[in-house]
Amino acid sequence: MSDTKPTMPIPVTKRSQGLLRRVMKNPVGLVSLGFILLIFGLALFGGLLAPHDPNLSDARLILAPASADHPLGTDPSGRDVLSRLLVATQISLFAATLALVVALVIGVLAGLVAGYYKGWIDGVFGWITALTISMPGIIILLAARTIIGPSVWLAMLVFGVLMSPSFYRLVYASVSAVREELYVDAARVSGLSDGRIISRHILGVVRAPIIIQSAMILGIAVAIQSGLEFLGLGDTRVPTWGGMLSDGFAAMYRAPILMLWPSLAIGLTSIALTLFANVLRDELERSGGILRRRKKGAQAAEKRSRQGDPVLVHGEDAHSARRTGEVLLDVSNLHVGYDQPDGSLVEVVRGVDLTIRRGEVHGLIGESGSGKSQTSFAILGLLPSGGRVVDGSVVFEGVQLANADADAYATVRGTRMAYIPQEPMSNLDPMFTIGSQLTEPLRKTQGMDKKAATKKALALLARVGIPDPQRTFDAYPHQISGGMAQRVLIAGAVSSDPDLLIADEPTTALDVTIQAEVLDLIRDLQQDYDMAVLLVTHNFGVVADLCDRVSVMREGKIIETGPVRGIFADPQHAYTQSLLDAMLEDSAPRPPLTQGARS
Amino acid sequence: MARFIVRRVLSRVVLLFAITTLAFILLYAGSGDIARRIVGQTATAEQVAARAAELGLDRPVLEQYVSWLGNAVTGNLGRSWFSGQLVLDGVASRMAVTLSLVIGATIISALLAVALGVWAALARGVVDRVIQFLTVLGMAVPGFLVAVGLVLVFALQLGWFRATGFTPFAQDPGGWVRSVTLPIAALAVGGVSAATQQIRGSVIDALQRDYVRTLRSRGLDTRSVVFKHVLRNSIGPALAILNVQFVGMLGGAVIVEQVFALPGLGQLSVAATLQGDIPIVMGLVLATAAIVVVVNLAIDLAQAFLNPKVRLA
Repeated sequence: MSDTKPTMPIPVTKRSQGLLRRVMKNPVGLVSLGFILLIFGLALFGGLLAPHDPNLSDARLILAPASADHPLGTDPSGRDVLSRLLVATQISLFAATLALVVALVIGVLAGLVAGYYKGWIDGVFGWITALTISMPGIIILLAARTIIGPSVWLAMLVFGVLMSPSFYRLVYASVSAVREELYVDAARVSGLSDGRIISRHILGVVRAPIIIQSAMILGIAVAIQSGLEFLGLGDTRVPTWGGMLSDGFAAMYRAPILMLWPSLAIGLTSIALTLFANVLRDELERSGGILRRRKKGAQAAEKRSRQGDPVLVHGEDAHSARRTGEVLLDVSNLHVGYDQPDGSLVEVVRGVDLTIRRGEVHGLIGESGSGKSQTSFAILGLLPSGGRVVDGSVVFEGVQLANADADAYATVRGTRMAYIPQEPMSNLDPMFTIGSQLTEPLRKTQGMDKKAATKKALALLARVGIPDPQRTFDAYPHQISGGMAQRVLIAGAVSSDPDLLIADEPTTALDVTIQAEVLDLIRDLQQDYDMAVLLVTHNFGVVADLCDRVSVMREGKIIETGPVRGIFADPQHAYTQSLLDAMLEDSAPRPPLTQGARS
Repeated sequence: MARFIVRRVLSRVVLLFAITTLAFILLYAGSGDIARRIVGQTATAEQVAARAAELGLDRPVLEQYVSWLGNAVTGNLGRSWFSGQLVLDGVASRMAVTLSLVIGATIISALLAVALGVWAALARGVVDRVIQFLTVLGMAVPGFLVAVGLVLVFALQLGWFRATGFTPFAQDPGGWVRSVTLPIAALAVGGVSAATQQIRGSVIDALQRDYVRTLRSRGLDTRSVVFKHVLRNSIGPALAILNVQFVGMLGGAVIVEQVFALPGLGQLSVAATLQGDIPIVMGLVLATAAIVVVVNLAIDLAQAFLNPKVRLA
């Protein structure tokens, strides 16, 4: 679950063609790409279609309405609007493209060189970046205009330089990452030249992100260029979108329609470029996403398990028979699934049955991805977003909790059911003190006032073996160690005197020396409070240490269940056998070396 | 914390120094025969030389820079070459208009973006998709186009607001509100859009954090976890994006002021640029960079204060 974040760009060499096809299938992608192609087509050939000289003014035709000769009418100087619009499209788009090309050439080349060879270039780009984030682009362009004059081409050249860091950072990050990859090492060892390595392995990786960034930069360049011309800072002899808008704005009271065409041109071009970039990014993320992989794995697992293994149930023995109290939690035929964007459902828990009696310590054991954490989250009603109980029931003290709403859980979570997570540090909010994170739930669920809650929290901290409770109470999470943090979380879990404690691999993230102490603590607390415990783990050693009963889970199903001793003595399933063997490998005493040396 | 502050202040001062140095050298060395441009093409060579000597333009650029810097530190930014007005007066008198627009737009962006971002992140589904689509549009459409559209609809067609002109707050608060509402709205569209996307992302991110699940397992309901813990953890990224948006809106104000004919820094800078009035342009660069540096510093300090890891370091 923690690995759902998109990491570095994923190689897209073969996927690119498919990517373009998927963008075309998306209606927004298709329309925006179509518009971009249309407007660039007009930029290339529109000048030829212009019926008049865009700068020819006719004093008799000032602000003439649309006619056969002037389909869009004329402007305040008597010039043909359509001709000006067509020629302006060419100039505005090509000037924006110049900015893009400058930014691309500088940013990509420098990024490749700096990422591959390292060195001083990074410092230079650090400075350009600092400049561009601390000065608005338009102010830099205004200052530059004092020196370079009104030319739109020179202005876009400067703007291209200002925009180059965005490409630089993209390429630099990808190159630095790819550079360390083994396949690049392999290519180097096999004697490929640096140039070949760069073009083969690195440009392939950054191609799609560069296209996305290019569309964005082109949109920004169109906007800022039109802005400059709208201010009247452009060359008035050259028709541009911004210049036409400025002319129209000056004639706002007489002919507001004149603003329509340049506004549409600027607005629609910016929107089309941005939407295209967004669709492309969405599709790129989707193609490299984690869901696809998880789905594949889950489907394969589903296939295997459909063949159906009966659950192997061991009979009760003398030891487990002492835990025959009232049933506290009864999970039957639990199915947990995640809805996928394409409408399908991926099941990660597929028909789990689990019964926990009052005071019983029940181990749930299995490898990562077997669905044991998902089972505990489903019981707690805390499945990650997108997950839900698809089928089956979760009955806790006679109350049905499967897919129950917040009200049903309000009387259960934090009062009668509690949870100890796996990773101590990430389960404490870094922005709040330990004390406030312990007292907030106490005040909420137990109705304590601040003083009583503080007193109880301090007592709990002392109970879980924290040497200086007041200091830890006042501390922020980053100020305490992982072992301490886990004790704090245990204190938080037992603070409500729960009937059922769900501990999700409570020792996995801890140092070996601290693991035993924490397990001892859980055992002591279990006896003190006479809680039932559902202990999720992948380690049979932990199960042997603490549990009365154990259920072995694999690929979303329970495959074997029964008293701990029975399963240890006589594991039926091959998978249980292998888990047991793994534990023995971990901790079985080896024959002393000295003995071997003597014999 | 103290060391952190000192380091940040120093690095910003160095940045400010670097920007003004670069700007001065480029402006003065790159502008060709400045004196000729001021006195006009018809002037004699003697007139040009006399003018150059009077303005100190006959000295090497570095020497000019040192004397400019010496004066600037004492608050003397020189005079406009054309109107003779003190640069500091010209900039200071217009700064209030621009800052009131930009600060107003920043506050509105922050409030709206938190509301929209949290709503989208919690509701997901259709609400989320609509908000996301609108914010993409809001980021795509250039601010001055929004300004022109607002003038057309609300000032020209409906007549709710004055199309152009500015009323100082001290003179008539109601009139001031009417004169800044449309410009602030035009500036805020882009800021709201960008900040909404950012806040939506960081709320979704924070919602998936382990500690949110743990707090909920202790009996806290989703609402109180979101409004206390999730929002608290989203403030950092939100401040960072507002910082970026502030700089963007400062630039956007230049154009928006022109649309609404507001007497701000934008108007001054367009006039100075067209004339080639370099002392004014230099004063504007300094003022803009100084505003940004101050805002950056304020945000840095706020971030540090809000983050216990930095505050207690």
